[in-house]
Amino acid sequence: MRIGFFLREALRALRRNAVPSFAAMATVLVTVMLLGVFIPVVQATTGAANEVRGRVIADVFMVNDATARDIERVRNILENDTPHVANLEYVSKEQAYAAEKKKHPEAYQALGTVNPLPAMFRITPDDPDNITKIVNSLSPVGPGGDRTVVDSAIDEVSNKREDTDKILSVTRVVKLTTALLAALLVIASVLLVANTIRLSLYARRREVEVMKLVGATDWFIRWPFVIEGVLVGAIGGLLAVLLLAVLKIALVDPLADQFELIAAPETMNFPLLIALLLFASVAVSAAGSGISLRRFLRV
Amino acid sequence: MPGAVIEFANVSKVYDSGDTGLDDVSFAVQPGEFVFLVGASGSGKSTAMRLLLKEIDATAGTISVAGRELNAIPRRRVPYYRRNLGVVFQDYKLLPNRTVYENVAYALQVTGGSRRDIRDKVPDILRLTGLSLKLHNLPDQLSGGEQQRVSVARAFVNHPPLLLADEPTGNLDPETSIGIMQLLYRINKTGTTVVVATHDVEMVNKMRRRVIELSNGRVVRDEQAGAYAARESTREFAVRMRSDT
Repeated sequence: MRIGFFLREALRALRRNAVPSFAAMATVLVTVMLLGVFIPVVQATTGAANEVRGRVIADVFMVNDATARDIERVRNILENDTPHVANLEYVSKEQAYAAEKKKHPEAYQALGTVNPLPAMFRITPDDPDNITKIVNSLSPVGPGGDRTVVDSAIDEVSNKREDTDKILSVTRVVKLTTALLAALLVIASVLLVANTIRLSLYARRREVEVMKLVGATDWFIRWPFVIEGVLVGAIGGLLAVLLLAVLKIALVDPLADQFELIAAPETMNFPLLIALLLFASVAVSAAGSGISLRRFLRV
Repeated sequence: MPGAVIEFANVSKVYDSGDTGLDDVSFAVQPGEFVFLVGASGSGKSTAMRLLLKEIDATAGTISVAGRELNAIPRRRVPYYRRNLGVVFQDYKLLPNRTVYENVAYALQVTGGSRRDIRDKVPDILRLTGLSLKLHNLPDQLSGGEQQRVSVARAFVNHPPLLLADEPTGNLDPETSIGIMQLLYRINKTGTTVVVATHDVEMVNKMRRRVIELSNGRVVRDEQAGAYAARESTREFAVRMRSDT
């Protein structure tokens, strides 16, 4: 009987205070939609940034006359004695020549059959931030400030320093910015919803006062408000999710077939996103109603 | 005094602003009494009423209602204490979004009254207060006198041992006021103790009931106006109230 009574009270309040209830619902709807669009965007951006960071590599160039034994020895060093190496790729003189010739056919025509390119190993680090450690371990900085190499068959270790620095700092900024934006958006949503609820409660503070004077306990007054908050949050969230689903099916999915970026594997899957958004909207508006009411209960 | 419904013992109330609400006030009200609390604005009437409702706490002294000391009631228990009081306000304090019937029913729902309980009691009390035809009207569709009747009905639906009325006729014309006082008189005749705070001196004089007069927070008069017929019927009462003397 109690639950039924509270539910009826909540429904009555929704009906009788249609305008503020609608405002609260619209606020939930808009913020949930914003979050629903923004969260995948953030994830796609982060995913893209991570992909770019995956391009951070170090090249170990062999001396031009390195023998097969030299190459085996260096491979051994790289595989067993160098930390943070995630992937190792060997590019022989011939492969390098073929690849470069394909890129710049005219230049290589002029060279004739001479192959000026050395054999090399391409190292992918386990974490892009560890690239410097790899370079330092293969090519430590000598006492004079010059770099030496750990094996005489290695000519030079290059991590294309400038490129690497640029990639690392740019992706860091991108990640930080999106994280900050996401945090701000979440805070703004919570404040907006809480404020709307507070406004609709403020309009009814006299009612709460009367209830208290008639002898209603705090929770007797509060439950209908909390249930009302749950209903407002659920309806607003549900509408937003429906709109998002329509957007996804109508706009994003057709595009996804043409562009790989949108179908980036790192984005959260849709059902999980929906569940999260619904839960958040219900929780925020229910807690918002319950907590905002406290001020008016002090009679 | 044992058995008193209300007992003020050396009660003082000083507000945070420094204003004095009550200054060493003592009096007792016995079961079944009809008491007027009179005095000009700012004399302490409303302070006494708010203390009885435990909206505020006394600065000094003790207030007992039905033998319970109000200071000893924890905040959490205040709602349960208030259920033993019927309260009528000058501004009616009805729930604006509820019909007459629902407003009265709310007082029962608060105490966990069953639907059956509500169906039994609410129509009865609304008949008693003459509102049977306005059951499904909202408060803003009623006249002031009718709204006050709803308020009285809500206060009395639980049959509390004590009914407090703070300026119940303050917003009403004389004829309507008599109707409300008649209603309170009828409730008093069922054995309920009634305390009415008012500044309507003429009304008080006509009622010829006990009067406690406050001035600047002190009791300046407390007289048992004995010169009335205690067995007076409600009708006789109304006739007398409407006469000019």
